[in-house]
This record gives sequence, C-alpha cells and structure tokens, in this order.
Amino acid sequence: MVIGVDFVWLIPAFPLLAVLINGLVGHRLSERAVSVTAVGSVGLSFLVASATLVQVIADPAPAVTALFTWIPGGDLVVEFNALIDPLTAVMMMVITGVGFLIHAYSIGYMHGDSGYARYFTYLNLFTVSMLILVMGGNYLVMFIGWEGVGLCSYLLIGFWYERTSAIKAGTKAFVVNRIGDAGFLVGLFLIFARFGSLNYSDVFSRAGELSTATATAITLCLFIGAIGKSAQLPLYTWLPDAMEGPTPVSALIHAATMVTAGVYMVVRNHVLFDMAPLSLQTVAVIGAATALFSATIGLVQYDIKRVLAYSTVSQLGYMFLACGVGAYASAIFHLVTHAFFKALLFMSAGSVIHAMGGEQDMRKMGGLAKHLPKTATVFIIGAIAIAGIPPLAGFWSKDEILGAAFKHGAPVLWFMGLTAAAMTSFYMFRQVYMTFYGSARMDHDVEHHLHESPNVMIYPLIVLAALSLLGGLLLGFPPEEGWIHRFLGPVTGAQAVPAGRQEAHAIGAIDYILMGLSVAVALAGWMTARQIYLKKPETAGALASRFATAHSVLYNKYWVDELYDATVVEPSKGLGRVANRFDDRIIDGIVNAVGNLTQAGAALSTGFEKYMIYGLLNITGYANHIAAAILRKIQSGQVHHYAALLVIGIFILVNLYLWFFDNTTVALLLSRLSLNGGN
Amino acid sequence: MIPLSSYLAVSSVLFVTGLIGVLIRRNFIIILMSVEIMLNAANLNLVAFSSYLDSMAGQIVALFIIAIAAGEAAVGLAIIIVVFRGRIATNVDQINLLKW
Amino acid sequence: MNFAVTDIGAVLPEVIVAVYACAILLIEPFLPKGRQEVLAYFGFAALGVAFYGTWNLMRTDLTVMNGMFVLDPFGNFFKLLLYVAAAMTILLSMEYLKREGIDRGEYYAFVLLATCGMMILVSASDLIMVFLGLELMSIPFYILAGFKRFEEKSLEAAAKYFILGSFSSGILLFGISLLYGLSGTTNLQALALHLRGAELQNPAWILAMILLVVGFGFKIAAVPFHMWTPDVYEGAPTPVTAFLSVGSKAASFAVFLRVFIEALGGIQSDWRFLLIFLSVVTIVLGNVVALVQTNIKRMLAYSSIAHAGYAMIGLIVGDSLGIFSLMIYMLIYAFMTLGAFGVVMLLRREGVEGDEIRDFAGLARKDRLTAFAMLIFMFSLAGIPPTAGFVAKFYIFMAAVNAHLTWLVVLGVVFTAVSAYFYLRVVMVMYMKEPDEAVQLSAPPGVVMVLAVAAAVVLLLGIYPSPFLDYAQEAVLKLR
Repeated sequence: MVIGVDFVWLIPAFPLLAVLINGLVGHRLSERAVSVTAVGSVGLSFLVASATLVQVIADPAPAVTALFTWIPGGDLVVEFNALIDPLTAVMMMVITGVGFLIHAYSIGYMHGDSGYARYFTYLNLFTVSMLILVMGGNYLVMFIGWEGVGLCSYLLIGFWYERTSAIKAGTKAFVVNRIGDAGFLVGLFLIFARFGSLNYSDVFSRAGELSTATATAITLCLFIGAIGKSAQLPLYTWLPDAMEGPTPVSALIHAATMVTAGVYMVVRNHVLFDMAPLSLQTVAVIGAATALFSATIGLVQYDIKRVLAYSTVSQLGYMFLACGVGAYASAIFHLVTHAFFKALLFMSAGSVIHAMGGEQDMRKMGGLAKHLPKTATVFIIGAIAIAGIPPLAGFWSKDEILGAAFKHGAPVLWFMGLTAAAMTSFYMFRQVYMTFYGSARMDHDVEHHLHESPNVMIYPLIVLAALSLLGGLLLGFPPEEGWIHRFLGPVTGAQAVPAGRQEAHAIGAIDYILMGLSVAVALAGWMTARQIYLKKPETAGALASRFATAHSVLYNKYWVDELYDATVVEPSKGLGRVANRFDDRIIDGIVNAVGNLTQAGAALSTGFEKYMIYGLLNITGYANHIAAAILRKIQSGQVHHYAALLVIGIFILVNLYLWFFDNTTVALLLSRLSLNGGN
Repeated sequence: MIPLSSYLAVSSVLFVTGLIGVLIRRNFIIILMSVEIMLNAANLNLVAFSSYLDSMAGQIVALFIIAIAAGEAAVGLAIIIVVFRGRIATNVDQINLLKW
Repeated sequence: MNFAVTDIGAVLPEVIVAVYACAILLIEPFLPKGRQEVLAYFGFAALGVAFYGTWNLMRTDLTVMNGMFVLDPFGNFFKLLLYVAAAMTILLSMEYLKREGIDRGEYYAFVLLATCGMMILVSASDLIMVFLGLELMSIPFYILAGFKRFEEKSLEAAAKYFILGSFSSGILLFGISLLYGLSGTTNLQALALHLRGAELQNPAWILAMILLVVGFGFKIAAVPFHMWTPDVYEGAPTPVTAFLSVGSKAASFAVFLRVFIEALGGIQSDWRFLLIFLSVVTIVLGNVVALVQTNIKRMLAYSSIAHAGYAMIGLIVGDSLGIFSLMIYMLIYAFMTLGAFGVVMLLRREGVEGDEIRDFAGLARKDRLTAFAMLIFMFSLAGIPPTAGFVAKFYIFMAAVNAHLTWLVVLGVVFTAVSAYFYLRVVMVMYMKEPDEAVQLSAPPGVVMVLAVAAAVVLLLGIYPSPFLDYAQEAVLKLR
C-alpha cells in the first residue's frame, strides 16, 4: 500500500469526539449545536471512509494498523489494531453512510425531546462501537465493539424510560445478548487455546491446522454469539421488543447495522467456518428456519414497527442462509441492500408515526397516501425493494441467496426461503395497503393534524429510496459477478464453491428459472395482499376468524416469549431463591431437630409448587411476593448456622478428597493410618 | 515418657470440644471460651511436637499464640459488653437482625 | 541466631505504619472533640511514607529475620495496592464518621493497624508470621465493624464477624500445628523442601491442608465459608465494608497463594481439585444469590463472593500466568469495589440509609457524574469491555485456558453473563427510574476524590493497561 492506512483511526475518532462533547456539555448546548456536532462528525467519518474505500479499491490487500499495545506481555500480546480490507471498507461505508442519513433524519424526529443531547451521545457512541467492531484486527477488539453496540442498543431501547415496557425491552435485549456474548467469548478462548493468538491474520493463516471437531466447536460457539446479536432462532425475541426505542434507532441499530454484526462476524471468520461443514449446515438451517418462522409471524402483526422488526429477523435469516451455503459475498450484498431498504422502511414508518402523533397500530391508519405523499412514495419503493421485484435492490441480493441455496444442493432450504419470500411480499404490501390506502380509520382529530414530515426527515428518505432503487443494479449486477462480488473476492475468496458450481459460473437456464420463480412468488404475494386488503378489506377479518387457531398462534408469536418466561427466566430467579433458602434453611435443618426438617421440606415443596404454578402462569409479581414471604419466615441470620456450615464445609472437603482422589493414594494413606494406630 | 499419640489424642479431644462448643452453645461468653479451647488444642499440639521433634520453634509459636489469644479475648469481651449494654442480651441467637 | 540491623530496613514500611498507629492512639486523647479528623492526615502521612519506602524497596528480593519475612516484588505489589486501598478508605471515612457521630481518632489507628497486619501477611514467609498477620488484620476489623456502636446492625456485624473469625482462626491454627508436627518446621521454604518429590507420608497432611484451605477460604469468602460476608458487609460502616472487601481479600489471597504455591506447591495435585470445587460453587452461588438481593451492600457482598471464585481460578492454575492474573484481578477488583462502595456512601443522608437498590432511583437525574461513575463500576464488575473488569476476567480465563481448564472457563463465562443481570439492574434503576424525591446529594470532597480516582483507574486499566501489566508481570517472574 502506497499511503499508510493509519488515517483510518479518524473514522471512529470523529464520532468519539462528538460523544465527549455532547456527553459532557451537551445538556447546556442548543439543539442546533448538538446536532451539528453529532451529524457533522458522522459526516466527516463518512468522507474518511470513502477515502479509505478508494484506497482499498486501488489496493485490496489487507492492511493492519496498530494504535497501541492493549494487553502486553507473556504468551499473548493483544494490540489495539485495525484490519482494513474490502470487507471492512464495505461495512464502514454502510455504517457511516446509512448512519449519516439516519443521524440527519433524527434531527427532525427527535426535535424537542428533553433528552436530545443524550440521544445523540448514545447514537454517536453506537457508531463508534460499531466501527470498532468491524475495523478490529483481532477478536478482542471486535469483542469490545461487540459489547459496546449491545450496551448502546440497551441504552437506546430504554431511551424513553418513562415507559415501563421500554425499560423491560432494553433489559431483555441486553440479557439475551449477554447469552450470545458468552458463547462468543468461549469461542474466543477456544481460539486462543488452539492458536495462542487472537489476531485474524495469525488465526486464518494457520486455520488449516485445525481438526474438524475443534473447528466445529469454535465456530458453533462463535455462531451462538451471532445468534444473539443478529436475533436468530431461538434468541430472536428481543428484537421485536426493541421497537420500544425511537424509530431512527430501530432503523440504525435494529435494522441496518448492529443486528448485521453477526453476519459480518461469520463472514469474517469464514475460513474457520469452511473447516466445519456441520457448523455451516447449522448456520444454513437456522438461517432458513428463522427466515420462514419470523415471516409467518409478520403476516398478522398490526404494529407498523413490529411487522418491520419481524421482517428484519427474517431478512437476517436470509443472510445466514447465504453464509451457510458458502455464498459469503451474497450475504454481504444482501446486508448492504437490506441496510438501504430497511432503513428506508423504518424511517418512513417513523415519518408515519410522527404524523399520526405516536400511533403505531395499522388498524387505526389507512388512506394516508393522500396526506403524506412523499412518505408513501418512498415507503412503497422500499416495499417493492424488500419484496424482491426487479430491478430494485432486494431482488438481486435475495435471488442470489436463493439461487446459491438451490445450487448448493439444499432444495429444502431453498424452498423455505422461497416461501418466506412470498410471505415477505405479502406482509409488506399488506402493510402498504393498510397504512396508505383504503379508508381512513383514525380519529378525526388525528386526521386533522396529519402533516408531511419536515424536509430534514424527507431528504434522507429520498437518498435511501434512490439507493433502494438502484443499489442492487449498481453493486450486484450481473448476479454473482457484480462489482461487490469482485471487490469482496479477496476476502471471501474462491471459497466453498461446491463441486458442480465452478463450471456453471455463467448464468445458465437454471438461474433464469429460479429468478422467474422468485419474481412470481413476489408478485403472487403482492396480488394476494392487494386482493385482501385493498379490494375487499372485509376478507381479512373473515380469514382471521376462519383460521382462528392459526391466526392466534401467529398473532401471539407462537407464545415463545411466554415459554421463555416460564422455562428460563422464572426458574433462574427461583434458583436464586432456592440457593438463598439453602443458605438459611438447609443449615437450619441440620443444626436443629429432624422434626424441623420435615416441616422445612413441606414448606419448600409448597413454595416450589406455588412458585412453579405461578411461574407457568407468568404471574411474576405474585410469585415473588409469595417466595419472599416464605423466605422471610424461615431465614435465620444465626451465627450458629454459619459456623455449622463452615464445619460442614470441612467434611465436604475431606469427603471430596476421599471420594474423588486417586484411590490408591487414599488406600495407602489409610493403611498407614491404621498401622500408626496399631503402633 | 508419655507417647506422642496421647498428647495428640488429648489435643484432638480439646479441639473437637471447642468446635462443638461453638456450634451448640448460645451464650456469647461460653462461645468465646470454646474458641480459646480450640486455640489451646493447637498449642498443646505445638508443644508436644516441639518436644518430640527436638525443635524449639513450636514452643515459640505457642507463646505467640497465647499472646494473640489474649488480645483476641480482650476484643471479644469488649464486643460482648457493648452488645450487652445495647440489647440486654448475652445470647448469640438473639442477634439476628441481619439476614438475607 | 544472627540478627542484622539491615533487617530492620526491610520491614521499615511495617514499622512506620505501626509507629504511626501508636502515635495516633497517643495523640488522640489530647485532641478536642470534633478535631479528630486531623488524625486522618496522620494516616495519610503514614501510608505515604510507607508507600515511598516500599517503592524504593520494590525490586529487592531477599529474605530477612531468619526466613520469617520475605521482601519481594510480589509482596510489594500487594503492599502498594494495600496502601492505596487504605488511603482511599480513610478518604471515604472522614466525612462519614462525622455524620454518623463516631469521629473518634482511634478509627484511623485501627485502619493503620489492620493495614500493618495485611502487610505482614503478604510478606510472611513463616506460618507463625502468617497467623500473626492474620490476627493483626482481623482484630482491628472486629472493632471497626462495630464502630457504629449505637447501631444494633453494626454491633451485630461485629459480634458475628468476631465469633466466626476467631472460630476460623482456631481451625487454621490447628492446621498449622499439624503441619509443624508433620514437617518439623513452620518456615514456608523449608516446608517446600520437605515436600519436594516426596509422597504424602501421612493422612494428617490432608487434614492439615484442608484446615488451611478453610482458614484462608473464610477470609477470602469462598463458599461454603462465606456466610459471614453478607451480614457483616451490610452491618459494618460502609467504609469499613469497602476496606474489608478490598484489603482483607487481597491480602488473604496473597498469603493463600504464597502458602499453597510456595510451600505446598509440591502437593499441588492434592489441593488443586479441592480449590476447583470451591471455586465452582463460589462462582455459582455468589452470582445466583446476588440475583435476588435488594440491598446494595448485600448484593455487593455476593458479588464479592463471586469475584473470589473467579480469582481462585488464578490460584488453581498456579503457574506464572495464573499468579499474574490473580494479581491483576485483585488490583482491578480493588478499584471497582472501592468505587462502588463510595457511591453507596453518597446516598446516605439524614433519615435514609441509602443502601437499598431502590434508593438509586433516578440517580442519573440528581447527579449525572456520580451515576456515570457507578455505571462504570457496575460494568466493570460485570466484566464488560472496555472497562478494567473485562481485562481482569480476560486474564484469569486466559490463564485457565492455558492450563487446559477450558470447562472452568466456560462455566465462568456463562456465570459472568448471569451476573450482568444484577449489575445491570442497578444501572437501570439509576438511569431509567424517576427519582422519588428531589434531594440534593451531599458530595464530601474525600468521597468525590475516591470516585474520580477509581473511575479513572477502571477506565484507564480497561483501555490502556500495559504499564500496570508490565509491572505486575515483572513481579511474578521474580516470584517464580
């Protein structure tokens, strides 16, 4: 590389500076100053990222630049470094480019909010973390970004903390993400155990040494992290709840960037994944299953943002499907186009919500096209793009993924994807018709106040609409040989192309048939939605009541949230209580009389029963109350019990030694003991 | 000469006596005494070993421990007095404000 | 017996601290009531001079007093940490004692005496010194825990800590006496020589070893010897709790490590799995029980138990990386815990105890900086990058991976994820609940200083830890 790449540090540095300014003195600045700082910093980052992109196009060889030694010494030296290669460049462009538009849109959307400076501080902090995530040259730096984006997401979901639901959603997002992070961290330690290094360059160059079993273990752990972050089955439940945050946040974090971190991570580690066919299969199956599963839920939701949330989960499923069948470039391609049209959809939905004075229920909308013509136009462009109708962006990337799945020899996964595509088209146009066409169902009061959003919100939408229109053609045409594929080639390599695909690199008949099918299902979905929701709106209700069971299953999202509450959340809280009870209760029983013990058992089992029943019924508060009441009655606080436990601890340790230690040693020692005793 | 095992037997009995005393007695002062018994069991051990191993160290250690035990007892009694003044209670099971 | 005057030089920091403590006790009666905080500056002076002394002795590595006392970088690392912890404790205490009406000069003397005990503990090279240090540390703590002597909770904490503490000392001492009988020596190096290459000759070794584990396990609050921790932490005056959870734990870990690695290293295979067992139950129980706590001091107590479990992994690994990671862990743990207790103290005001988690409601509204500092400490305790807590956990886990204890790492990582839940709850309450009342929090300069230093260190060690790590690494290489 002719020019150094050290200047890339400027990219996260600008937003970081803005974080410091707005975080420290933001509450004293005017809204204008805050937004200039926040949006301007991301704009500058975008410019530097573009310069980086130009440079990477000129020389796609990966370049590493280290800022400082983060963890020194011994067997392990971890530098705070950045790896700049085509993949990073593409991700940085998405983050700063789409990020800039969303920041600009926020100026209008958040206008007048009491937490204006706080909002932009979090949003900029998110941008910094996300940039660190994709720029990091080793797993640890990536992990910093990984945790950072989770944290910002938590803060932003709970931004309107006056709403209890927002706080709950934020906490849920964070805790679910921590489950994924634990998997990621374990994978990281496994990598270190195997390679003695955490740098991508070291790991990937020596990946060939891995046995299949180790590679599978590592990649599955990493994939658990991706599942959590990218809201795949079975950890997807946090994403729909995350819609409690402000809409631009949903657009930036929960559609365009953060949730795609898992996809980025899998692509980044594709060398390891390629070593582990089982992992790839898992990725593909989970991706396809998620795509289909969440699309079904999306069919019947009424909240305008929740439909989009389930659609996001579904689209992320496509990306993982692409990874799983080895079409990494297609995954990134879809990531990029998805960032365009999903950000567009979310923000135009935000524009609708803005106009409706906060209403999100589509049953109370309708006929908005004549009030909000610009919003309606861009929303429809986004809908066509996501539905996969050529020549808009979504068609190219989604069709490529489906084609890759089919040619990979996974017709079942392909069929799942195709079905999901039909549903996608259906629910998107259902949304279009319910929101923008048909009869107006809102109050007159609301209708009276309908207004198009200010320009600062509309302009970013127009840019995104243009990208959704043309992005696919510009980046990814012709399919599988577009600009983005050639650009990413050095990273994703001539990877995992299954036998039989190499020679069919040119577009063959099969491709045209698949494309035709894709378009057909998309159009079918559109027409069905048009038939039901535009032509005969009454059929929707009739259908719902005719298939009441199915409808209620879908509407209630398969009751997965309730299931998790009953099986995971409650028992773990209960475990805490039981352990606490152990502290107080069990010891009490041992020290005191046996009669007490039976009573204790009875109390315990009653408590358990009550707790279980109520846990299943999900009456959390009441269960807490009961458990606390029981505990209060039986807790001790007695020194004797503490001392007794200490002595019991000695016995446990001695017994542990006798039971688990090498038997011959123990036997030897015991024989000595008896000998000594004899003397 | 008395065999070492006899000393050890006595010290073990003393130690267990102290241990059980702490566990089952409710009176603060008796608990304090039980702890002292445990310390003295260790002392007896040390002195006996010292004599049998022909090394002075054990006896020195025992002297140290006697001094430390005195300090500990003083502090313990002081705590008992304050607790007693505050709550008119010398029984340990009466102090159970702090619990989970 | 040979006794060199130069030996005094090696123990000079201990002597200085002890002399200052006695001076405080002597001066105290002559000071008028209400002027007692002058003595706090005596404390700072003592710690400052001792810090200077230890800093100069830093790189020395010698054994003095006929092998009773060892001066090495490992011990000095812990001593420096203890000085800082003690100084921060005094800073936290000054305003607190006045407000609680217990501003008596001997408080500072006890803090110094306890510090002196810890210093002896980390430098002890003989079992009798270990016991001496342990008692010199514990006895002032018994008194300090009950320093709010007009408050039942504080007295109860003192009584409980005293009974259980002396009980565990008795057990530890019995173990020491057995070790002496078995090996004929109380010196750690001699013990190590005795054990080198030899198989265990007598089952009493096991008993002695286990009794030592119990004694030290009590001090570091390992399950199942942890029962005193929540009660004492809740009842004791908050600065004392902070010192107890930081100083006492760090010093006890240091001596635990010295005795088990240096003296009993030869029979590592015999004690290793016992410690693994203790570590596992400690991590599990500490984190799980912390989930349901409503009192912040009790929550921090269980958190401190859980952290002891993590730190034990360093001891279990026992090689230079393990020791190193344990030292780093204690250093980082000290700052984040002191900071967290400092924030708890700020909430104490007239009529409100301020140690319930719900008292944190809306703290971000009342006092942005304090809330932000607490956020840093909570994230650090939860091990979220880029705070120091992550670096600490990272090293511990890295050491375990190196020692092929991957399953232990998996368990640790999973329970780290669990722990995020209860640390996060505090953050959530601070940032996302409305404050109950519009009260202006007091901000005593001492506490603010502690918070600033702790937060800065936690962030610095998270973002740029190299210098500290380099130093610690050097200390380890000297030890092994």
